Amino acid sequence: MPEYETKIREIAKGLLEDGKADVIIGYKKGSIPMVNEPVLIRDPNNVENLIWDSHCALNLCNYLTGRKERIGIIANGCNSRNIVTHIVENQIKREQLYIIGIPCTGMIDHRAVKRAVNDREILAVEESEGRFTVRGKDFEKTFEKKDFLQTNCAVCLHPNPVVYDEMVGENVKIPEGINPFKDVEEIERMSAREKWSFFADLVSPCIRCYACRNACPLCYCPTCFVDESDPQWVGKSIDPTDTMTFHFLRAYHCAGRCTDCGACERACPVGIPVRHFTKKLNKDALDLFSWEAGLSLDQRPPLDVYRVDDYNDFVE
Amino acid sequence: MVTKIFTKEEWVRALKGAKDDYRIYLPVKHKDFHAFELLSDETAPDFEFQNTRLSPKSLIFPQSERMFEYSLDEKDGEAHIVKETPKDFYPQAVVGIRPCDAHALQLVNVNFDNPQYKDPWWVKRLESTILVGLGCNEPCSTCFCTSVGGGPFSERGLDVILHDLEDVFLVKPITQKGETFINKLGQGRMADDTLSDKAEAKARSSLEKVTSSIPTGKLRDKVVTELFEAPFWEEVAFACINCGTCTYLCPTCWCFDIQDEVLGKEGDRIRNWDSCMSPLFTLEGSGHNPRSEKCQRVRQRFMHKLKYYVDKYEDGVQCSGCGRCVRYCPVNIDIRHVAKLMNDFAQ
Repeated sequence: MPEYETKIREIAKGLLEDGKADVIIGYKKGSIPMVNEPVLIRDPNNVENLIWDSHCALNLCNYLTGRKERIGIIANGCNSRNIVTHIVENQIKREQLYIIGIPCTGMIDHRAVKRAVNDREILAVEESEGRFTVRGKDFEKTFEKKDFLQTNCAVCLHPNPVVYDEMVGENVKIPEGINPFKDVEEIERMSAREKWSFFADLVSPCIRCYACRNACPLCYCPTCFVDESDPQWVGKSIDPTDTMTFHFLRAYHCAGRCTDCGACERACPVGIPVRHFTKKLNKDALDLFSWEAGLSLDQRPPLDVYRVDDYNDFVE
Repeated sequence: MVTKIFTKEEWVRALKGAKDDYRIYLPVKHKDFHAFELLSDETAPDFEFQNTRLSPKSLIFPQSERMFEYSLDEKDGEAHIVKETPKDFYPQAVVGIRPCDAHALQLVNVNFDNPQYKDPWWVKRLESTILVGLGCNEPCSTCFCTSVGGGPFSERGLDVILHDLEDVFLVKPITQKGETFINKLGQGRMADDTLSDKAEAKARSSLEKVTSSIPTGKLRDKVVTELFEAPFWEEVAFACINCGTCTYLCPTCWCFDIQDEVLGKEGDRIRNWDSCMSPLFTLEGSGHNPRSEKCQRVRQRFMHKLKYYVDKYEDGVQCSGCGRCVRYCPVNIDIRHVAKLMNDFAQ
């Protein structure tokens, strides 16, 4: 999306030159197709490295935690919601940030693209106006981007930034008639036994690399519960019980905080659809508390507030 | 040694016939990637792959392995005595291992089997393993084996090498162990010169298909402290999320952690792969952590592979160029770029 890129670079350059930001956090083009690298820019002459395309899938909010400088950061819908969550949870101050808002048309699911070319190696990808073309040694194929969105992007209802200082373009239209929880409902219909085997199968390839956790902007605890050694809550082998404990507990720690940005799933080296855990909790947060994470700077997440006038009877 | 020819059907049939004498592991396609799986009558191996997502390192060095066991029951006469858990060293064959991954096992071997230390389980398991390599007709664009002492048909560390000649495999034994294995399969016919020549020509042409490389020539002469203090580490490390993808997918990472797990009055001492990307890796009992910052951890990984190993073993870098870390790093930290920064670094 070259028009966004020009604008992003222009704003970033201005921020650094005028001293309104000490650093810019964005993406630069990756060394292989369909993966970009998060980058920190201090020198206004380096803003040309900043890019925006359909492969900017790792959540930049990760890189904000605990930073002290004034930061210019680019943010689409889900990233901006994580920034809100970060501010509300005191991980960064709103005053420190200059948010360059990006109306987002979604990220491309690189795994789906590889499947569509029968796992042949993709050497180059180009996109324009809702289509993209992949090239390999003896093939070239053009696809519609809408058919290859990451599964979270395909059901995204908040593509536009909820908080920003400047936008790089007009808001995109919010899609209608999407049920973001269709997959959750399917799992809800399973019996307890079926659910157990569904989730056991789901995590069975896990190698405990923690890419999902570390890619998640919510997982900023100084020491994660799986890394505690005194007491040690979870075993460190690849025993299925320990692996499942890790995934289930991590999901619960994200309840009412997850923006469904999909970074966890994108990062997993063995392709586990990790969002199946967090999405059910997003649905519960919506059903029980009418809550979607990161939409407002003035409200705390439902699971860390106490209200005397809570309509649930457990308060009494 | 006799080079043989098997049609692809014969080859799988012959392997199935030998599965009582050996545990045979073969590449099998899962949803989105290939993995080594134990051969059974139902296994449908797929040799049309670039490389398996995880290297077969775990077949020699399991991700989790029970080392010892003990009883904490005071009534037990042998309470608190740590005993070795019986291990299984049944002969196994890894069929379809890529030359880079076999080369990698050789690089790891210097750590587990050297005049100073011998890891008994590594040594015995490697001894009981036959590595049947599959040469790479179509290396990936991220493969750089040829610049780190390997090649798409490198025989280093292999017992047998397979050349895929479309309808048939040319099966060439390299070691005595490999020849015994092939003889045990009992099928196949002798390779004639035409096919041997064809295999050689194909192997030569695939060498040119390795287009990626890392520079390593000047690493040995760098002053370790200068490289350690180099200004580029902060920038290299920025994007890193400190996950274990690079280390766990790497065929040459060998670090492990030892854990005791107790259930009731029974205890196990287990060793698990560990990752220098994790802050816990270096956390000391006192609470001090010499690598508390992610930049220090990222630097450690590259310094270990591209400098400390080079200096200590004088046998090149601790990398076989498989390219997994390049392909699967979620934030695109590329060892080829870092190697260049290190190799070109001048104080």
